[in-house]
Amino acid sequence: MNVLWLQSGGCGGCSMSLLCADTADFPAMLKSGGIELLWHPSLSLASGRELITLLEDCRDGRTRLDVLCVEGSLLRGPNGTGHFHMLAGTGLPMIDWVRALAAAATHVVAVGSCAAWGGITATGPNVTDACGLQYDGDRPGGLLGADFMAHGGLPVINVAGCPTHPGWVVDTLMALAAKLFAADDLDPLNRPRFYADQLVHHGCTRNEYYEFKASAEKPSDLGCMMENMGCKGTQAHADCNTRLWNGEGSCTRGGYACISCTEPGFQDPGHAFHQTPKLAGIPIGLPTDMPKAWFVALASLSKSATPRRVKSNATADHVVVAPAVRKTRLK
Amino acid sequence: MSQRLIVGPFNRVEGDLEVQLDIADGRVTQARVNATMYRGFEQMLAGRAPLDALVIVPRICGICSVSQSVAAARAIADASGVTVPPNGVHTINLMLACENLADHLSHFYLFFMPDFTRPVYAPRPWFAEANRRFAALAGEHARAAVAARQRWFEIMGTLGGKWPHTLSIQPGGSARAVEAAERIRLLAKVREFRAFLETTTFGAQLEEIAALDSEAALQRWHAADPMRGDLRLFLTLAADLGLQTLGRGPGRTLSFGAYRQPDGSHALADGVWSESLGRVQPVDTGAIREDATHAWLAGDAALHPSEGLTAPMLDKPGGYTWNKAPRLSGEVVETGAIARQLASGQPLIRDAVARCGANVYTRVLARLVELARVLPMTEQWLTALSPREPFFHADRLPADADGVGLTEAARGALGHWVSVRHGRIERYQIVAPTSWNFSPRDAAGTPGALEAALEGAPVQPGEDTPVAVQHIVRSFDPCMVCTVH
Repeated sequence: MNVLWLQSGGCGGCSMSLLCADTADFPAMLKSGGIELLWHPSLSLASGRELITLLEDCRDGRTRLDVLCVEGSLLRGPNGTGHFHMLAGTGLPMIDWVRALAAAATHVVAVGSCAAWGGITATGPNVTDACGLQYDGDRPGGLLGADFMAHGGLPVINVAGCPTHPGWVVDTLMALAAKLFAADDLDPLNRPRFYADQLVHHGCTRNEYYEFKASAEKPSDLGCMMENMGCKGTQAHADCNTRLWNGEGSCTRGGYACISCTEPGFQDPGHAFHQTPKLAGIPIGLPTDMPKAWFVALASLSKSATPRRVKSNATADHVVVAPAVRKTRLK
Repeated sequence: MSQRLIVGPFNRVEGDLEVQLDIADGRVTQARVNATMYRGFEQMLAGRAPLDALVIVPRICGICSVSQSVAAARAIADASGVTVPPNGVHTINLMLACENLADHLSHFYLFFMPDFTRPVYAPRPWFAEANRRFAALAGEHARAAVAARQRWFEIMGTLGGKWPHTLSIQPGGSARAVEAAERIRLLAKVREFRAFLETTTFGAQLEEIAALDSEAALQRWHAADPMRGDLRLFLTLAADLGLQTLGRGPGRTLSFGAYRQPDGSHALADGVWSESLGRVQPVDTGAIREDATHAWLAGDAALHPSEGLTAPMLDKPGGYTWNKAPRLSGEVVETGAIARQLASGQPLIRDAVARCGANVYTRVLARLVELARVLPMTEQWLTALSPREPFFHADRLPADADGVGLTEAARGALGHWVSVRHGRIERYQIVAPTSWNFSPRDAAGTPGALEAALEGAPVQPGEDTPVAVQHIVRSFDPCMVCTVH
């Protein structure tokens, strides 16, 4: 399966993350999965004219383009010209290259939230008129349009995340190579369901603090970060705490809030990232699928029932009260 | 016969890059460097809550992400006056070193060395071995380096939750305290990376490399076993190809100082090295100006970053890049590992630069020497942690405050200047390492460091992407996404 990887209005971090894939031999893993990298910005030898020839061959059908991966948002500005990113050596806006290559590709994969929705590059005034391949924030459309369908019968596959977990990208490409990826493998935002049908909350090591609403008050505290620290892990779709990052990591394990980087529009939450917005002392963003009345009732009950251990540890940076040791067989 | 060549897209640089070359008699006579993409981070930050910068700035760059976080955290800490407890200092240095050393590894194995596997070098005696070790997506050592890098970055998984784009780096320290047992595991990971470097990269103990104190000593070490380890193979081909004659730098290098210690000193000292004076001078950040004369950005006056302005202006007369031209006391400087090694007095790099200047050979050598010098420091910092002591101090940022955050990314000096008014960011200016190295001409018409380094580069008949130009460009380890941001 021939894969071409291009970068535009992003940071290149999804490529850097990809190289952290959990394997003893990265090129061998791709090869054994049937993935042939026609070109990748960080990994391939071809430069300059050699690359332009390859792009022309893909565009014009002389080289079969099975998967076009795009990393980074698409910069439509200024005034629709795309001049905020002219692909070096070609005199053409990158958005023109992406449109032409997407039309030739069997599958199109948006790698990261920039390519999926616009992402960080689209934040604030969005001076570059950045958007995703098939979304502009949470609105279908983007560079290729809401009706775009690649030859392979799928819309743009949104492997959203900032950055993407290497496993999300590798699993998607391997499933495509094995022809084991179909329309019903995508969630309503066209994200692969294998990671988007979970919540960051699942597997969070702070779950006992969550249960008792024993909350962190400042960075380095061990407690749950939902109440004060802006954590959206109970709402954000991703498997970050069951498929860990760089060995044993995740945002919440690293001591900081989930900012829901897999969701469209995460870059403009309407509040400071590090603070939970509240109404009458209750967080506005409630856990996914949880009715507000239930949350309020459970929260007040669990707060009143918080064990001293959990309460003390929640505002410390290490365990100050260890779980009690009972001298009988546990029942 | 003269001709003009537009070279790009460059890959194995982070981001997109175009270079325009004027060529006469088989040599580059003039070069113009175009950073082809603008995203507008400084505009995004204006009006935000100050701590939002900690989310946004790492996303300037996926390869210098921690460096950007550190610069932002320091700028805000400078504005609030908070001090970082020693544990926080050490863990942030560990994260910074984790990224910087990984970047040096990626540069050497993935970005720089593959060019020596091009068919143009097939007749050279070292070619088959270089191809075996460094061929893109195939070389045995390059593949092993990616695997070693993946394991090494597990340090970031533990300390920072993930890489890139951690939020554990805060103005008051680290949001992630380290337990005693975790330290043991982290030390094991450092030793694992050390083993890779000593076996594959150097074929020698790191301390032996760090102790090389002259080019004569380096040559003796090389001659003893010329193909053992990748540094020796690099020295073999560098001598054969005369890499020391390619890509001469401006003769001044800038380091803001790397790995600040609890006592305020730097593990790798700051300073401006002057080749003509042969000594280090102090860094005067007040003498930095950014000049947008040849950028597609509004404004002609050269401004200090604390007063800087970033506003796109695509029809700017004379503009040919999105990058501004930073200058120090009006002069072009080069930054990177070579600047850090010169400022901190590493004798081998000082000796090599005294002989032949900053060039393709000495830039790559300085990076490898830095790998050997810094990895043992990470062992010391881990040992110095005091689990159960604080890693973080809470701070309170005034509604009106200004701050400067300086650090060293793998590619060199990185500075953030922030102004907070009424509790929001009023102005945020970033001067990145490759902004210095790949700057355009300034108002006086003086070319930037890479532009000048390309002058005189050989172009072989028929070359449309001259290989010597590629070596020179990549010897700086450019990061184009940081450059313009």
